[in-house]
Amino acid sequence: MTAGRVQTLRVRTPEGAVFSFELASPVTRLAAWAVDKATVSAAWGLLVVIFRLLELWNNDLARGAAVAGYFVLSTGYAMILEWRWSGQTLGKRLVRLRVVDERGLRLTFAQVVLRNLLRFVDALPAAYLVGGLAALFSRRGQRLGDLAAGTIVVREAVEAAPDWTALQSGKYNSLRPYPHVVARLRQMVTPREARAALQAVLRRDRFEAAARVRLFAELAAHFRATTPIPPEAGEGISDEQFVRNLIGVLYLQGPGSDRPPAPAGAAAGTAEVSFRS
Amino acid sequence: MIINLEHFVKAETPQWRRLDDVLQRMAADPWRRPALEEARELDRLYRRASADLARIATFSAEPDTRRYLENLVARAYAEIYSAPGERGRFRVRRWLAVELPQAFRRHVGLFWLAVTLTGVGAASGGLAMAFDPDAKPVLMPYSHLQESPAERVAQEESAREDRLSGHKATFSGQLMTHNTRVTLLVMALGITCGVGTVILVFYNGVILGAVIMDYLLGGQGVFLAGWLLPHGVVEIPAMLVGAQAGFVLAQALLGRGTRENLADRLRRATPDVVTLSFGAALLLVWAGVVESFLSQYHEPVIPYLAKIAFGLLEAVVLAYYFMRAGRRADRNGPLTEAASP
Repeated sequence: MTAGRVQTLRVRTPEGAVFSFELASPVTRLAAWAVDKATVSAAWGLLVVIFRLLELWNNDLARGAAVAGYFVLSTGYAMILEWRWSGQTLGKRLVRLRVVDERGLRLTFAQVVLRNLLRFVDALPAAYLVGGLAALFSRRGQRLGDLAAGTIVVREAVEAAPDWTALQSGKYNSLRPYPHVVARLRQMVTPREARAALQAVLRRDRFEAAARVRLFAELAAHFRATTPIPPEAGEGISDEQFVRNLIGVLYLQGPGSDRPPAPAGAAAGTAEVSFRS
Repeated sequence: MIINLEHFVKAETPQWRRLDDVLQRMAADPWRRPALEEARELDRLYRRASADLARIATFSAEPDTRRYLENLVARAYAEIYSAPGERGRFRVRRWLAVELPQAFRRHVGLFWLAVTLTGVGAASGGLAMAFDPDAKPVLMPYSHLQESPAERVAQEESAREDRLSGHKATFSGQLMTHNTRVTLLVMALGITCGVGTVILVFYNGVILGAVIMDYLLGGQGVFLAGWLLPHGVVEIPAMLVGAQAGFVLAQALLGRGTRENLADRLRRATPDVVTLSFGAALLLVWAGVVESFLSQYHEPVIPYLAKIAFGLLEAVVLAYYFMRAGRRADRNGPLTEAASP
């Protein structure tokens, strides 16, 4: 692998926005390729049945069609799917990879075809040795087909909108009746700690049950140690609910409040941000 | 700094969802070109999402939202900044009548380069065969070419039964796929800055020249013309068009005579490389049919004169097609939309 190999490709738009692509690793690409290979084999297995039936009518024609059919299937599979599915084949979909233009532009049909036609060289002499070596030594992990077509293979970005209902802003928050506690928390909790708690809440469903209980217990213990919490404010609620309430008072405006929340970590000297409504 | 993320997300989510809808509609049909109103809306939503991304990027508390926005902006950016010519519905008739012959003519010099290399290879193979007939197994390492031309002609002309009977379509399929594979490899080797393409084209020429010389020295020139012309006048140009595509790719890689950067050169060359490759593959389908169903039949089944005349007619039609088809579109303005990025 080259020393200058990049893991992430950043694109800055003329509007000043920056987005990035996380390059796919050779192992995930190999996994996608294996799935695609298996898919082509399975599809061919189905087509063989049709050609066998065709043999009953015309043996020669069926064999000729089978020879041409396999070539079209094995060569055209990736071309058609990558074009119709915006840079994905079945294998790439399963392992969450996508072919994109290296400059962030739309993938064109010609690019899709060229990167797949270059497989004739990438696959030489066997088992994609040329393509594998090219990908290994290329800064962006490109095989020869990708270099020619100006494409890269990236990890699929998260497409689902984040679930903000986890913060339960409209619900009762046991910390809100204690403004001095809220003020103290906003003063004492650092942005880094707040971010960690927010991420824990937003991703809570991804943890295993035992790990989830342990994580929120540790977080709750940490914040309780940071700021003395009146016993009534924490009575009868789980550690996870306590952390949710804490995030609620740090990040969200309370219901009915006409005053924006004071920024936590203000002591650290960070600035205010205004929003378009 | 901690901001009121919930208010921000609530206020902006309808716009993001709308942008997502527009992008999904566009992705559902990659050929579709958006209407003016849709394009305007896409532009407005993209700019707003970009601004939102710039805001949230300064506040890194919530990576999921940032990644979601990055993904939206990336998809919208790709749609907005890609050239409009890259989103045209593919039309077979137009591709055949205009785009393929135009692409051929745009790079006709590279076609003649492939012709020259084949010619030099053929001359080398022919001379080697003339001076050293014993080198035949080396020059033509194929078992079906090892017997003497006179013996083969005698066998073919005295055959009482159709040896391809019941196998013609299979043979045709094998010829098509084999020749297409070789031609696409010739094209793909353009990635070696054309070195691989040059070697394969020259080598094909050597074999061709050796075969021609072998039959001419054996006094079987008419048989050879009747055997090769019907499919060869399509098959050999198809391989040369494949080589031409490889040279277009190599030219873009080398970038001589242009100030464009490599990425721009490749992006501009890619449509022509693909068009020429598909054109070559299409010609090889026809050549495969002709070789199996016509070329393998000789006198007395089919007169040599008829086969030679058929081959010459194909050559004239093919030359006319590549040199003349789509010229009206040439005169009427800029090159095809699909070919101009």
